[in-house]
Amino acid sequence: MNISTYTRYEILRTVRNTRFFLFSLVFPLVLFLLVAGPNRHAQLGGIPFPVYYMSGMAAWGTMAAVIAGGGRIAAERAVGWNRQLRLTPLAPRAYIGTKVLTGYVMALASIVLLYSAGTSIGVRLSVARWATMTALLLLGLVPFAAMGIALGHVLTVESMGPAMGGITSLLALLGGAWGPIADGGALHRVVQLLPSYWLVQAAKSAVNGGGWPARGWLIMAGWTIALTSLAVRAYRRDTERV
Amino acid sequence: MTHPSVTASRPAVELHALEKSFGHVHAVRGIDVSIAAGQTVALLGPNGAGKSTTIDMVLGLTRPDRGGVSIFGVTPGEAIERGLVGVMLQTGSLIRDLSVRELLTMMASLYPAPLDVDEVLDLVGVRDVADRRTQKLSGGQAQRVRFAVALVSNPDLLVLDEPTVAMDVEGRRGFWATMRRLTGGGKTVVFATHYLEEADAYADRIVLMSKGKVVADGATTEIRAMVSVRTIRATLGGVDLEALRALPGVSGAERHGDAVSLLCTDSDVAIRALLERFPSAHHIEIAGAGIEAAFLQLTGDPATEAPDATAPEAQHASAMEVGR
Repeated sequence: MNISTYTRYEILRTVRNTRFFLFSLVFPLVLFLLVAGPNRHAQLGGIPFPVYYMSGMAAWGTMAAVIAGGGRIAAERAVGWNRQLRLTPLAPRAYIGTKVLTGYVMALASIVLLYSAGTSIGVRLSVARWATMTALLLLGLVPFAAMGIALGHVLTVESMGPAMGGITSLLALLGGAWGPIADGGALHRVVQLLPSYWLVQAAKSAVNGGGWPARGWLIMAGWTIALTSLAVRAYRRDTERV
Repeated sequence: MTHPSVTASRPAVELHALEKSFGHVHAVRGIDVSIAAGQTVALLGPNGAGKSTTIDMVLGLTRPDRGGVSIFGVTPGEAIERGLVGVMLQTGSLIRDLSVRELLTMMASLYPAPLDVDEVLDLVGVRDVADRRTQKLSGGQAQRVRFAVALVSNPDLLVLDEPTVAMDVEGRRGFWATMRRLTGGGKTVVFATHYLEEADAYADRIVLMSKGKVVADGATTEIRAMVSVRTIRATLGGVDLEALRALPGVSGAERHGDAVSLLCTDSDVAIRALLERFPSAHHIEIAGAGIEAAFLQLTGDPATEAPDATAPEAQHASAMEVGR
């Protein structure tokens, strides 16, 4: 069995799905250029505005990409394709793995696009900081990938679009992708519990050196465990033999 | 053929005392069937006979309450993992955003010894739409591509659940012509259908199912003989039904006033005997009972359209079942 061919076509299918481009590539990019362009010399959240906004938009775009990666399972369930695949030698793990990988490939496209846009309006960071920021973004996507798989197994194809768009946008907004929510205070402490908050903070953590504080790691680990077990349960319930 | 070590000398499919209920619905009530490698077997029966449930159990999609399934001597899951089984399910459609050729290449890549994609495109007759996206296919084309997906795996066992249900007569004929060409290669084919003609024309063997049970199982010629029933209708007053039933070649009789109708397994013998014993019989008509009536007689499933006419036949059929 040659998983790479299967994965290649899976990625091709995703690239051809134009709706995907809108949320994870086009919207974040356009918004970044429109908002960060005129504010290139401002500061936001303690770091240069374009850097903050770049990681904010990257968080939004990559989140949309990996959630959509798992969410595509809903579309395949709707047409009975998951049953067809269960009758092939493709292992369920490999099936889900391909969905996650596809989400990540698309997330990387989103990151590359936004980094290029950032550089074009004057964002300059050391190689180590670019690397740290990218690593934090990719790691921070793990709970969202699990969320996508869980959603893919519980949503219907009709509810998938609105649900994923809504969840992604809400998490991005509360996480501070468009600007910090209530800097300081009770609300701030609440949004800090969200995984999207730490995804958005990837830039700030990188610029200030080191990465997430211990609390950030802890919260992300918690979400990863919770959402992964949710995904496993959703998968089991959906594919259980009757 | 591709996996001689696995498939040699083992039955392709073995169902042992298979049972399955869904809530109060006893969908499959004890099925024993053994299918030798290389056979083409039709699982024939009306809707609700338990064909799809049986197929789901053969494929491991549904867990039997009791009994067991083995495919080439291993569990369904193992057979599928080894790429021995190709399947065309009754429901479901294709995933979008790939061309027909790409989809087949993608699926072929999952198997150890797939067929050449171009060969399959030709075989199934979708070469002309090979570069078309799957979401732009017509219903008939999509159905063929689903068949191509089952084929490209080059399976030793091909399982088709009502493969032609959405096709017109011409499409159906084309489909089976393809199957014929293909199964010359020694593949085992199991297909579910509720078309008697289809089972008759394309299977070596028919397993007739009704209400979750196998009511007849034999070579297609045998089953055809069993269902080649004719009816003799005549006007004949004051005759004992038992005497009519006792006539050679007659399997059942009923009366509406002076009109009697005899269900015949051999109408040539029956008409001679009838005229000899009851010369007063007149207004005689002999008619083929029709494939549907024969089918009902065998499956013992009273048709919703004509419950009165088929009730005695149904009784007869259950007697036959007990006799087996």
